[in-house]
Amino acid sequence: MLGMTDRRRTSPSFVSYIDRSARYYEAQGYPQRYAWAHFDDVPFAPLTKPLAASRLGVVTTSYFHPENTQVRSFVDRPVDPYAAPRSAAAELDNAELFWAKEETHTDDPETFLPLARLGELAEAGRLGSVSPRFYGLPTAYSQRRTLQRDAPAIEAFIRDDEVDVALLVPL
Amino acid sequence: MCHQTVSLVARHLEAAGIPTVVLGSARDIVEECGVARFVFVDFPLGNPCGKPGDVAMQRRIVGLAIDVLESTAAPRTTVQAAEVWDPHDDGWRDRFMRVDDSNRAELAAAGERRRALQARVRASRPHG
Repeated sequence: MLGMTDRRRTSPSFVSYIDRSARYYEAQGYPQRYAWAHFDDVPFAPLTKPLAASRLGVVTTSYFHPENTQVRSFVDRPVDPYAAPRSAAAELDNAELFWAKEETHTDDPETFLPLARLGELAEAGRLGSVSPRFYGLPTAYSQRRTLQRDAPAIEAFIRDDEVDVALLVPL
Repeated sequence: MCHQTVSLVARHLEAAGIPTVVLGSARDIVEECGVARFVFVDFPLGNPCGKPGDVAMQRRIVGLAIDVLESTAAPRTTVQAAEVWDPHDDGWRDRFMRVDDSNRAELAAAGERRRALQARVRASRPHG
């Protein structure tokens, strides 16, 4: 209704995960704040062909439960980037990732890895195709690891599959 | 942390000539890192592509991401999806990672357990 507000707030509505997580980890005995990545320059690649003629690949931070690991803690777990067939999406395991488990669940993979929804768009001709594989990498505290090791591995998978454009969905 | 990881990959791919769009719910982390195209879904972390079972909403959000991928002309473009998690309850914003008197002792104990576990892992590594 014009002229009415839905609600009034004394602070911004958007959750600041940078501030929130700093307080949370301080309460756990980690007083030093994590130094988040910040860049002044942002690279930008324009589309080089219509989406209707492009192959789209999806990148996720969801992963498969690794075998042969004694310690179930992602900070200590050496997992590698992967490329998996679309049919494997149902086997993903988000139990160790940090998301709002009090509020929701991830039992419907389309809520974080929308392969069926994207398939519909390809079927309708909006996209040329969806890559037969999706791509995953571990959430890492180490920005250097992500930039120097994991991101190039994802790029290599994407080039192998002749993917033109990418949709990236963090949990 | 997932949002930072994905943002770093998006930047890498853009620099390599591959257009990207990030679809996520932690706005500050993605925008601080800086990406070419970002669709912000103001939801609790876990379901950036729409609520479980709500196929119509998932279609709207994923369709928006594809539109943004196509129409964006300059980097640092953020588009917010017109979806509301719960019009009658905004409490999820305060509940996530909350710290108050009800859980302060529990959090401190969890931190101690985590440090002890990490120390054991370090000690068990051959070249730790």
